[in-house]
Amino acid sequence: MEKFAIDNMNLYYGKFHALKNVNLHMEQNKITAFIGPSGCGKSTLLKSLNRMNDLVEGCKITGEIKLDGEDIYGNMDVNILRKRVGMVFQKANPFPMSVYDNIAFGPRTHGIKNKKELDRIVEESLRDAAIWDELKDRLKKSALGLSGGQQQRLCIARALAIKPEVLLMDEATSALDPISTGKIEELCLKLKDNYTIIMVTHNMQQALRISDNTAFFLLGEMVEYNSTDAIFSAPQDKRTEEYITGRFG
Amino acid sequence: MADKSIKTDMNDVKEIRAINRVSFKQRMISYKRKPLSLLMLIIVAASAAISAAALIFIMVYVLIRGIPNLTPDLFALNYNSDNVSCMPSIINTVVLTLFTLIIAVPFGVGAAIYLAEYAKKGNRLVKIIRTMAETLAGIPSIVYGLFGMLFFVYALNWGYSLLAGAFTLAIMVLPTIMRTTEEALITVPDSYREGSYGLGAGKLRTIIRIILPSAMPGILAGVILAVGRIVGETAALIYTYGSATGYAANPLSSGRSLAVHMYVLTNEGLHTNQAWGTAVVLLVLVFGINTLSAFIAKKLGNKKG
Ligand SMILES: Nc1ncnc2c1ncn2[C@@H]1O[C@H](COP(=O)(O)OP(=O)(O)OP(=O)(O)O)[C@@H](O)[C@H]1O
Ligand SMILES: [Mg+2]
Repeated sequence: MEKFAIDNMNLYYGKFHALKNVNLHMEQNKITAFIGPSGCGKSTLLKSLNRMNDLVEGCKITGEIKLDGEDIYGNMDVNILRKRVGMVFQKANPFPMSVYDNIAFGPRTHGIKNKKELDRIVEESLRDAAIWDELKDRLKKSALGLSGGQQQRLCIARALAIKPEVLLMDEATSALDPISTGKIEELCLKLKDNYTIIMVTHNMQQALRISDNTAFFLLGEMVEYNSTDAIFSAPQDKRTEEYITGRFG
Repeated sequence: MADKSIKTDMNDVKEIRAINRVSFKQRMISYKRKPLSLLMLIIVAASAAISAAALIFIMVYVLIRGIPNLTPDLFALNYNSDNVSCMPSIINTVVLTLFTLIIAVPFGVGAAIYLAEYAKKGNRLVKIIRTMAETLAGIPSIVYGLFGMLFFVYALNWGYSLLAGAFTLAIMVLPTIMRTTEEALITVPDSYREGSYGLGAGKLRTIIRIILPSAMPGILAGVILAVGRIVGETAALIYTYGSATGYAANPLSSGRSLAVHMYVLTNEGLHTNQAWGTAVVLLVLVFGINTLSAFIAKKLGNKKG
């Protein structure tokens, strides 16, 4: 089933044409990977999916983006959209508060006040993000004292705590060691049953390991989009082939 | 468990002979190679010492002259021209400070939130407001006093009163509070905002739960600065709050703040010793208010999200 449908989408930062006529339909309960060299617009496209680009002054978007057939730039409440489409950012950004309050912030925002319920959500989210064992004794400590990798997994847990339908991950594992990366990848594969995951990655192996479909971007254009197997074994476009075989980028 | 192991580690530290300690000899060798850095060290160390010495000298001088004059008379419940009690002025100062902050802080912080969070970045109006605030912050307080006298005391016919004094001082400290708060809001990283919006929190919740708590130390620093100006102000108060010697029992009655009291005592020249004693009280008062503000800041900053 189709989750996100992007049609004839263009994005401008002021006069800079950052995304050029993107058409991309992403399936539910699948992992879609965005790959491409630095600066090609992967994060920009990802941020358009939960309207984080609204915060950038001078950012203009044309075309259409639909979530479950509903125009997300239409009448949809942006806060509800962001509850449905959670995001993990490229740089870990825990709030300057305790680990517990970081995770509970989202659920509290959406009206959950019951202490028991919050406790349960915090534990479950931290377990899902493979960090419960490390943090269960420091729930009341400031999240800013965690290591970079721990902070990123905390942010993943924080995003999971609002039970989104779609999870956007912008190079979420680029700061992690191989073991935690492995755990997050496992987590993604597990979450796939209930969530739709869209991830940006610079790690070809990672895209190959866990994604179902892959889109390759270059200079603001979506060059090729196909099943991950097809992209990596038989790319249709010469530029895609050159990129994945490491000849440029 | 984890905490315990950390503690034992700390105990062991004393017995370790660390190789990363820079010995005096090593330091001397490195300075010999770079005499300029030694000169730099001497200059900055001397500046620090001289600044500290000046402050300590004033403090010690005030304390030495003042403490012997801290007689029970000075703290008598009611003022008369013999005891020149500063008790009414202490209470008046505290009340005046509270009134002023109650007026100035909501407006100052509110305006700063508008400038930093709501107004568009390149907005002309914002730039004008910012320039105006900067200019106003630098105007001598007597100008505010004159304005306060003409407007609050005469035009609004409040007379010399707590209300006139508090409003005058509120206008005086408003730019300071506004600027420091805006500065504090701007230094809150955008990644906090993104994180909060990304979880579906609205603007209001983001500001109240994430941005204001992070900015709280900066905001409180502004408030402390404002308190310093309020407590130390004389010129703007003489023509608005007046210099009545009793307690300002209601918002429309006149009173004198501690600084004004000191000014009057010194001016009359009859109670110089008591003026010194009052100076000590003023020091302690400022110190107390600052400690209290820091305590409140900590309490507010620890609130959960
Ligand atoms: N807020 C902004 N204002 C102006 N230009 C921007 C802004 N954000 C991104 N850009 C530009 O848009 C282009 C795409 O940026 P984007 O961050 O989407 O790249 P990316 O593919 O995610 O790169 P990376 O792999 O390095 O993260 C870049 O040329 C960048 O300079
Ligand atoms: Mg990026």
